[in-house]
Amino acid sequence: MEGLTPIVKKVAQLMSGIIFVYGIYIVVHGHLTPGGAFAGGIILAGAFILLILAFGSEVIRLKKEETGSSITESLSILLTLILAIGGLFIGTKVFFNNYLPKGEVGELISAGLIPIYNILIGIEVAAAIITIFLALVIFKEEEEER
Amino acid sequence: MSTLVPLYVILPLATAFLIPIFGRLIKGFEKALLSLVLLFLTLLSVYILFNGIQEPIVYAVGGWEPVNDVPIGIHLVLDGLSVFILLITSLIGFLATFYAISYIKKYTAENNFYALLSLMIAGMNGVILTGDMFNLYVFLEIAVIASYALVAFGTEKQELEASFKYQILGGVASLFILFSIGMLYWKTQTLNMADISNILSGKDQDFFLLFTQVLLIAGFGLKAAMIPFHAWLPDAHSSAPSPISAMLSGVLIKAVGIYAILRLFFNLFMISYEISIVITVIGALSMVIGVFLAIGQWDLKRLLAYHSISQMGYVVIGVGMGMIIMVKGGNLSIASLAIAGGLFHLINHAVFKGLLFLNAGAIEYVTGTRNLKMLGGIAKDLPVTTSTSLGASLSISGIPPFNGFFSKLIIIIAAIKGQFYLLAILAVLVSIITLASFMKFQRYAFFNKKTFTRKVKEVPFTMCFSMIVLVILCLALSLLAIPGVREVVLTPAVDVIMRTTEYSSSIIGM
Amino acid sequence: MIVYIMCFLLFLVGLYGIVTRRNLIKIVISFTIMEFSVFLFLVLIGYIEGGEAPILTKNLPENVNFVDPLPQAMVLTAIVIGLATSAMLLAIAIRLYKKYGTFDIREIKNLKG
Repeated sequence: MEGLTPIVKKVAQLMSGIIFVYGIYIVVHGHLTPGGAFAGGIILAGAFILLILAFGSEVIRLKKEETGSSITESLSILLTLILAIGGLFIGTKVFFNNYLPKGEVGELISAGLIPIYNILIGIEVAAAIITIFLALVIFKEEEEER
Repeated sequence: MSTLVPLYVILPLATAFLIPIFGRLIKGFEKALLSLVLLFLTLLSVYILFNGIQEPIVYAVGGWEPVNDVPIGIHLVLDGLSVFILLITSLIGFLATFYAISYIKKYTAENNFYALLSLMIAGMNGVILTGDMFNLYVFLEIAVIASYALVAFGTEKQELEASFKYQILGGVASLFILFSIGMLYWKTQTLNMADISNILSGKDQDFFLLFTQVLLIAGFGLKAAMIPFHAWLPDAHSSAPSPISAMLSGVLIKAVGIYAILRLFFNLFMISYEISIVITVIGALSMVIGVFLAIGQWDLKRLLAYHSISQMGYVVIGVGMGMIIMVKGGNLSIASLAIAGGLFHLINHAVFKGLLFLNAGAIEYVTGTRNLKMLGGIAKDLPVTTSTSLGASLSISGIPPFNGFFSKLIIIIAAIKGQFYLLAILAVLVSIITLASFMKFQRYAFFNKKTFTRKVKEVPFTMCFSMIVLVILCLALSLLAIPGVREVVLTPAVDVIMRTTEYSSSIIGM
Repeated sequence: MIVYIMCFLLFLVGLYGIVTRRNLIKIVISFTIMEFSVFLFLVLIGYIEGGEAPILTKNLPENVNFVDPLPQAMVLTAIVIGLATSAMLLAIAIRLYKKYGTFDIREIKNLKG
């Protein structure tokens, strides 16, 4: 697919960096402010999709991107499941236990495993949205070639 | 024993996410992993069933203990009814996966098929095991969205149209269910099923509660394909690939439809007269209208799909009669006989309808068509398919010694003893019409003159294996009517339903 | 009380859209309107007069009333499920356009009977 005009390319380069950092802020502070995994993950995906739309790309490169994002998504959910199964062995021996020490209210490093789950699910949601977008774009591009 | 309970959800979920990573590297990895996981879950269910469950096993996820006797957190509950339906899910899932090893070679993107199938099984196991209302909705959506993708797997014209229709109708039903979960939370301020049952037993039935119950019947009735909510079933079940048709018709409409109605209307709400009349009338209508719509069909899988509606009507009639007898304070042994007949027919239908859909898939694999007018005369070339199909057709029509005869007999005896003479006459009539319809199926598919000239030979080994195992089960399950075996398998499930709201007192101990 | 009746009216508007519109994409949009009305209903259930947002911070005053946080958690999960449903519907709609050449549901009638 083709890219857009040079003004859009320049502005997209500047804005996508800011959007990416904002997405990371929302994900990491999920236990202190509203937001958390889902909303932050979608903002992270928005940064990547803005770049793909502004610059355009060929189908072969997009297919490699889609393989990469699909593997990232499955890998982060497997890591979440492994951490949750770890609760079967530590502490009170139930599934999905929160077994790291919980600090004080309002600190960044507190509330046990919840920030780690937030980061992993944030990566997973971003990868999932990028995979859906790339799948639809690749379908459209292959359709037009015929 | 209680640490084995979350395995039913963890193992299929881990399989679904291991397959995209390792399926690209190792060939044949996904088929071996999914078959082994489902075989393990089947053997685990058989072990738990024969060990016996005296009281329900309650597993608090995350270790949240009740505070001041009010349960917080999500509970997973394993009791007699849950393990009965888990056995059906794992068994039919394992046989469908084994069948799909050679069937799916005709489609592209094999990896995604196994990942979606294991997601669907994880969702169904979650619905069966959960003890929390909103968790029920989340797992229901996981199972149903995976099934939308599986129905459209071949991406031909018919499959896409069927999947779109299925999605819109199923989505509206899920929204009805979410709306009624909101109304239940408004009234009782809690989401745990045992706690809701406890709070609702103190209040009386007013308009608000009746509205919630009607919305829940509409939502789950659409998932269970009752009349008048059946419009998605013929298109979706006939256009899906055959192992998925066997899973959808054999397990999904039972695990998220009938099981949810049983759990909510017997154990959560107090049984009431109006709801029992509604459920019985819907069951009777499904039974009769389903079989009349099925007679005129010439497409093989559409015929089988309409018969699914009719046989589900048998199950709902059995359960509804039991509820009416319990509300009116009649003889409790007749009520337990009716409910036992309904549950027995549930497991029978899963086995023989699964077998019939796998047979239809074998016919389509070999000849390439589903139209009964164009088939014929393939009995000598496909011996395994013909004999198993004959066994399944005799089962569904209710001929001894196959299992369909015993379950229909128990339902009809319970109807006569409870003085529901009209329902007994309708059940016998529908059984005769089912026999006529399946004799037509057998004759046109296998025994007519040969009308096409392609050479056909027997289907591959994995498909034969699944069909032979299922037809052996058709004969073996008729042993469930014997009092010795019935105590082990059916009676715990029937007891959970008969002891209606004592479910809540055995879980939270109040 | 009138707020809940407005939510139910929005639900019925979405249902009217699904039943009467002929374009596939308009059916998907009406389905999304129906979904949003149920989310609105769920969030409004948990409202308490004069309540604060339910977030624990360091220095809280003495008796503070929080709004009920459980419906907000339910709606967050339900929004993600709604996203998955919409993505699935739109993917099938795009493939239907490629096969039939039109979005009109009066043309897409291959399955009958």
